[in-house]
Amino acid sequence: MKTDDLVAMLANGEVAAPRRRAGRRIGLAVLLGLPLSFAILFAGYGVRYDIVQAMFWPMFWVKVLFPLCIAAAGFVAVERLARPGVAPRRAWVGAALPVLGVWVLAVVAWFTLPMEARMPSLMGQSWRICALSIGLMALPVFAATLVALKGMAPTRPALAGAAAGALAGGVGAAIYALHCMELTAPFLAVWYVSGIAVPVLAGAALGPRLLRW
Amino acid sequence: MARNTISSRVNPSDAEAALRSLFLRGLDGDAKAYRDFLQRLSAHLRAFLGKRLFGWPDEVEDLVQECLLAMHNQRHTYQSDQPLTAWVHAIARYKMIDLLRAKSVREDLHDPLDDDLAVFTESAEEASDAKRDLGGLLETLPERQRLPIVHVKIEGLSVAETASLTGMSESAVKVGIHRGLKALAARCGSNWGSAA
Repeated sequence: MKTDDLVAMLANGEVAAPRRRAGRRIGLAVLLGLPLSFAILFAGYGVRYDIVQAMFWPMFWVKVLFPLCIAAAGFVAVERLARPGVAPRRAWVGAALPVLGVWVLAVVAWFTLPMEARMPSLMGQSWRICALSIGLMALPVFAATLVALKGMAPTRPALAGAAAGALAGGVGAAIYALHCMELTAPFLAVWYVSGIAVPVLAGAALGPRLLRW
Repeated sequence: MARNTISSRVNPSDAEAALRSLFLRGLDGDAKAYRDFLQRLSAHLRAFLGKRLFGWPDEVEDLVQECLLAMHNQRHTYQSDQPLTAWVHAIARYKMIDLLRAKSVREDLHDPLDDDLAVFTESAEEASDAKRDLGGLLETLPERQRLPIVHVKIEGLSVAETASLTGMSESAVKVGIHRGLKALAARCGSNWGSAA
């Protein structure tokens, strides 16, 4: 087929393309994944029994909001990376700052705590299951976002996959925070950040394989 | 063999404005404007890719076609407040890297690619023959995708006529065109290895 024939073929028939719909795909993916993530929380974990009381503690909000900031930054980055020629610009700062903030809190807490309280504040009661649970709760949003990205045109697939992982990991960690009893900054700094890093790394690894077009 | 010897300089910002307005009219459903857009775009792509793929002159026309197909399939990802140059360049670069990677010349990647955003600075009207036959690839698609493409996009029948001719529903015809063109693009990409 000659290029002129290809041009004629592509321009034949209906050529209109809705431009607004593209922007909603990622948002729709999050909305579809969220109920599933909550279902995993309710079915497999349950909300912490003292959730109402916990809402009065600042540390509870740190635990919920720092992953949500990462999720928001991931969302912006995914939206941008899904389109050819749109640079993610400083979206990654939005993901790095909350992590940095929690690390600072953790270092301060570590050195103000008495020696014998330091390791317990880092390991808590649930370090074994924390990162894995966050990864599990991130899974529905992660998969839905990758499917939505597949319908777009990411020209930097590893970065797009990583951003999808940050979005999903942030959402997963914020939801897991409703179950988790830990309230120490060192615990968040290590295990929550690891839990979010799992989908980020998975996205960076899977992106080039799954998001080709 | 005959190469694209006729290659003319054009003012990139004029080209950007003209191409962008044609493209936007096309996205709103103006098929004539869309055709003009693709025609001029292919000339720009030919010059842009020809210069960077000097090592593989035979692949240029194939890559031009692959880029056109990809840009058509992904036209919904263009944001109207974004420079068209950036969008076109990102896709052309992505497809070129795909080709170079298939030829496993990673070490040569940086040199021909860094000269960025110069997509609209030159134009080459004269097409050489494509090595890969898209028509032949079209034949390999399943009927539910091939027939809608042949009837609507090549023979120029309406969706309704195609539906009654093939016994498919109108929405199945539309879906068939959409998925078929995507499948065609995917087959182009996987074809590089075998063509080389």
